[in-house]
Amino acid sequence: MLLSLRSTRTRDLAGVVLAFGFVLATTLYVRAQTPAQPAPAAAAVTLINVSYDPTRELYRVINEAFAKDWQARAGQRVTIRTSHGGSGRQARSVIDGLDADVVTLALAGDIDAIARESRRLPDNWQSRLPNNASPYTSTIVFLVRKGNPKAIRDWDDLARPGVSVITPNPKTSGGARWNYLAAWAYELARTNGDQAAAKRLVEAIFRNVPVLDTGARGSTTTFVQRGLGDVLIAWENEAYLSLQEFGADKFDIVNPSVSILAEPPVSLVDQVVDRRGTRAVAQAYLEFLYTPAAQAIIARNFYRPVHPQHADQADIARFQPIKLVTIDQVFGGWAKAHADHFADGATFDQIYRPGAATR
Amino acid sequence: MTATALPAGAFQLRKPSALPGFGLTLGFTLTYLSLIVLIPLGVLIWRASGLGFEGIWHVASSPRVLAALQTSFVISFAAAALNAGFGLIVAWVLTRYSFPGRAVLDAIVDLPFALPTAVAGIALAALYAPNGWVGAWLDPLGIKVAYTPLGIFVALVFIGLPFVVRTVQPVLADLDREIEEASATLGANRRQTILRVILPPLLPSVLTGFALAFARAVGEYGSVIFIAGNMPFRSEIAPLLIVVQLEEFNYAGATAIATIMLAISFVALLAINLLQSFSRRRFGHV
Repeated sequence: MLLSLRSTRTRDLAGVVLAFGFVLATTLYVRAQTPAQPAPAAAAVTLINVSYDPTRELYRVINEAFAKDWQARAGQRVTIRTSHGGSGRQARSVIDGLDADVVTLALAGDIDAIARESRRLPDNWQSRLPNNASPYTSTIVFLVRKGNPKAIRDWDDLARPGVSVITPNPKTSGGARWNYLAAWAYELARTNGDQAAAKRLVEAIFRNVPVLDTGARGSTTTFVQRGLGDVLIAWENEAYLSLQEFGADKFDIVNPSVSILAEPPVSLVDQVVDRRGTRAVAQAYLEFLYTPAAQAIIARNFYRPVHPQHADQADIARFQPIKLVTIDQVFGGWAKAHADHFADGATFDQIYRPGAATR
Repeated sequence: MTATALPAGAFQLRKPSALPGFGLTLGFTLTYLSLIVLIPLGVLIWRASGLGFEGIWHVASSPRVLAALQTSFVISFAAAALNAGFGLIVAWVLTRYSFPGRAVLDAIVDLPFALPTAVAGIALAALYAPNGWVGAWLDPLGIKVAYTPLGIFVALVFIGLPFVVRTVQPVLADLDREIEEASATLGANRRQTILRVILPPLLPSVLTGFALAFARAVGEYGSVIFIAGNMPFRSEIAPLLIVVQLEEFNYAGATAIATIMLAISFVALLAINLLQSFSRRRFGHV
């Protein structure tokens, strides 16, 4: 009796150890399955481009063109996988370990955050490619319902009572930060730098915002498909895409007098390309963005190319002249703009509290 | 609660059982639960603890976080309560009656389980937006569903329904019809039969379903953000605030809110469990 009891106890113990061992072995096995060594240069290679929401259509075309180009130049087959999402969320995925070879995000602040938080690329990343590492720029415009029934011409019209404005949440969307700062820059330009007036205007605009989506695409859906709002503050390329997708008979684009020069930057993620042995092809991919072929694709997809002479002039003619100001000129760079406006308790948190008044 | 069968001071590791394999299965259970549940939750609390108690308190007492927590928990509670009532009726119909298409209807109940939450959110938003099929009817009546707290409620009712139906169904199937017949023979009217004979044994499983639906609703993100409108202080849910904190690369702040949610959920679920074990003892003949 005693003996058998002891032996069952031993068996129990063995069971516990065995089960633990099983789980451990499974974990190790799964780890071993994840490839760690770089692919040999001649074989096909895969690049991961972590991008933001409204570049879906652009990179689909760019990737195809680059794959052809690289095959011709280096004799290597390259597949580029592109991941899209809110810019900040994408940056966080890279910080948390998503193996992006290149990042092509909505604002330099997000790539700065990757450099700062994860040390996966050097702090001076933005000086490694021409034009602040931005092969294309864009700006912020308005999309309104056909015929512009609320007669929206400029930023101050968005602050009028009775005008419903759709924009995503600047706390979760890179695009929305451009929207917010563009409105601010407009009022500064109009009032010769009156910060208090700019704050009042932006506050009035956000008082007219009935829905805060978490990303640019969500806001476009709300405006275009759900029929909410009189005006969508949108990326220029997103506005043109909406016209193309949903018909120019439903919407008009209104160009404000002043807007912001959005420079979506691109960079290698050094730690990843060195580990995966993809530095050469990733570098070529980014440099390809500045070539005449890519610049023409960029203009066709409604981004403003940095070398407009290479693009189809009919594409360039679509872009209306808008006075564009930069973050560096007006807000002292992204780090300062973020701290002043979007950090916890900063200006945006102070002005946007729609439910607080009724509480 | 468990001390009845044990001699004083004895610590019973194993319960005598005819079946072998207790050690193996307990070992597996412990390892598995640790890897899947305890270690992740431990890391969460560990990361939040970097703020210290005061830091967490600071986060918890900010008006915006309080408003979001209130929105999340109050609406989740209301949605789970509605589901408890209507889920019971759905379960009743599906178990007690046979009609053409019952199998299909039964399968449909599980759909909210299987649907990616974002898909559910987009579908609901399309339906209840002022120009949607349902929203277009409600809008002239002055009822706004999408982009208000009511929208959150609709989404949470949607995702919570199967939890109640699926927990109540088997108990209902096991319920002896003879008891109802007996109560009828003894002169009880229909209302008395329902209130005194049918409902009491169902109560524990309804409570379980309620607790599951509530727990799921509190943590729900995908389906809510599309229909909520996400207005601070009005229709902003706590999980969204966590995501906002993460976008700011403020991991400590995010984990602090998460820890607070975890604590509140734990207390709420514990209370429901106690209520459940009470009702099981009180009406415990099933």
